[in-house]
Amino acid sequence: MSNAVTTPRCTPRQPLRPTQEPQTSPPTSKMQADKANPSITNNAIVMNNLSSWYGNHQALNSISLNVQENKVTAFIGPSGCGKSTLLRWINRMNDTIQTARATGNLHLRNLDLLASSTDLVDLRRRVGIVFQKPNPFPKSIFENVAFGPRLHMKLKRSELMDIVEWSLRKAAVWDEVKDRLHAPALGLSGGQQQRLCIARTIAVGPEVLLMDEPCSALDPGSTLAIEELMNELRHQYTIVIVTHNMQQASRCSDETAFFFEGQLVEMNDTQSIFTNPTSKRTEDYISGRFG
Amino acid sequence: MSAPKNTSKKATDSEPVRNTEPRSQNLSEAAKQSQTPFDKDKILTTDTRIAKDLWFRRICVATASASVLILAFLLVSILTTGIPSLSWTLLTSSPEPDPVNAGLWPALMGTLWVCSLCALITLPLGIGTAILIEEFKPRNVIGRKIFHLIQLNITNLAGVPSVVYGILGLTAFVSMFSLFENNDGNMGPRVEIGAIHYDQFSNLASDPFLDTGNTDVRERFFLFPVASRNAAPVVPETGMLAYENRESGLVQVPIIAIDPFSQQPSNDSDILSRTIDQTSAPGRISKKNWYYFRIPFGRGVIAGALTLMLVILPVIIISTQEALRAVPGTLRAAALGLGSTPWQVVWNVTLPSAVPGIMTGSILAISRSIGETAPILIIAGIVYIRSAPQHLMDDYTVMPLQIYNWISRPQEEFHHIAAGGILVLLAILLTFNAVAVFIRHRMQSKLN
Repeated sequence: MSNAVTTPRCTPRQPLRPTQEPQTSPPTSKMQADKANPSITNNAIVMNNLSSWYGNHQALNSISLNVQENKVTAFIGPSGCGKSTLLRWINRMNDTIQTARATGNLHLRNLDLLASSTDLVDLRRRVGIVFQKPNPFPKSIFENVAFGPRLHMKLKRSELMDIVEWSLRKAAVWDEVKDRLHAPALGLSGGQQQRLCIARTIAVGPEVLLMDEPCSALDPGSTLAIEELMNELRHQYTIVIVTHNMQQASRCSDETAFFFEGQLVEMNDTQSIFTNPTSKRTEDYISGRFG
Repeated sequence: MSAPKNTSKKATDSEPVRNTEPRSQNLSEAAKQSQTPFDKDKILTTDTRIAKDLWFRRICVATASASVLILAFLLVSILTTGIPSLSWTLLTSSPEPDPVNAGLWPALMGTLWVCSLCALITLPLGIGTAILIEEFKPRNVIGRKIFHLIQLNITNLAGVPSVVYGILGLTAFVSMFSLFENNDGNMGPRVEIGAIHYDQFSNLASDPFLDTGNTDVRERFFLFPVASRNAAPVVPETGMLAYENRESGLVQVPIIAIDPFSQQPSNDSDILSRTIDQTSAPGRISKKNWYYFRIPFGRGVIAGALTLMLVILPVIIISTQEALRAVPGTLRAAALGLGSTPWQVVWNVTLPSAVPGIMTGSILAISRSIGETAPILIIAGIVYIRSAPQHLMDDYTVMPLQIYNWISRPQEEFHHIAAGGILVLLAILLTFNAVAVFIRHRMQSKLN
């Protein structure tokens, strides 16, 4: 709990009081949003010549790309192309793999993400990750969401309750679980579990949300709920999503990067990539001819 | 492209068809392409497979029922001999020479002392080691090699016969490699805390100066405090204060010196049965506090507990490792991704999920330590213990040892109370295992 003293830094950027919570607006077209604010092109994550290996197997080969702030960036590509690896470098989850190593530059704003001196605890608070398979802890729903805030903040019970409610509302699962906050999280459906995991991730107040195929284990209804949720969240968070689902990438993302065999083939705004790809391989992939 | 037929009759029916039509030689390329690799004749008849399955099931039932039958036979024979001798006396009295009054109270308490102390030492050590090996794996090559070596050692140690651990315990804990021997050849320990030493005298007298009003001749015991175990003997003289042993404890009495030769008791065994310590004769004796501590440990409870620790430590480490490995990696990843330190991951996520497995393994290991005889036989020896242990360094005996002692005697009556003792031991072990099952069940239903 080294971060207990730095409470202000950890406060979610939204007001905590549920009464002040802005009501969910109908999902607006992202293109309109972009045209309304064409000047927002701040780069949250910058990578230059990022290469990565698992043992002797090279998973990423000189990736250079920028992830823009408060936008949804989709990583697409066939299995084994390195998109998940890249995602897992952004919050250094690859450190759990013994043989993983990386060279090049990877920065979150001014923070060098690949430096061995990087404070991983604070980094992972700032860069949250949602995994492919819903993985709630075998605890109650409340305990699941309260897990992160308890790690990083010193809170009174009521403050903790506020954060839990805010996160669950934000993740669009509050109405379904508000009457059974102390029921086991594993009793929820797959889609609810995944939204609970998103609530758990945003409860620590991250700046960046990494999503590693968050809908691939879910039914279409839950997928839709999570896509709407991303549309909501993109105003406050920089979101990077890895997906195999081309429609999902085109529906939810502002920017799309196509990877193939460890290399970045093409990156552009989503509409251009899906309507007018410059690379033949991109075109083949998004039209379903391979991958 | 006909579907392969699945019955034996069809397979035999198609036999002549194959002979009339030699395949795969005069077929065109196109025909070869269209041909499937499934040959109807190659399909095994299912009745032989079903028969094999049936026989395998029968063998399984036979082996399983054989072990159950043997267990049932053992239980019945133990129950028939043991139940008549089960009594309150058996539980609460000391192992007297007379089988009617003999009991296993000291052995029962010895088992409880040794095994609880063993659990107290072993559980933190074993679980801590398992957490280190499983959850804090080093990233560099040298560290990985060292961890691999440790793992190899633990796995091997789990298979070492427990009698070997007994010998190790005798050297390492009982005598402590003889590092602390006194130079003067005295057998006493080098370091000793919490003991008061006395010189004990006995006196067959009715002494009007010391005990007014009671004139019948009786034996008296006097204790003189001395500085240490090895101090020079005290010679009583008139005017000194001594402690007299009355039933309740020590009472200060003044001394009148008598001719030492006249105070020799006539019957040694009589003295033995009424001396303060009951096992010691007149001479240098010591009274030990509950916090008595000595180095080397000697044949005390703590040496027994540490030796049993050697026996069950590998078992606990391995079962804890299994329990930790069974925790899904996705949970660790989730906790790490939220910004937990590795320790927070272990404490908040991995350990709670692994507790049922750890508890089950640990309780089974501890019940193994309750039943261990060989190492205790070596480090405690068969000594006649009449009382429950009072402190960590006290002499003790355990139930398997007491049962062994009784069974090795020629009298039939002792065999009967040994059977009773086995029943008590079985009851304790089954209780432990039942607790393990209960805890696992409870924890698992709580987690899900």
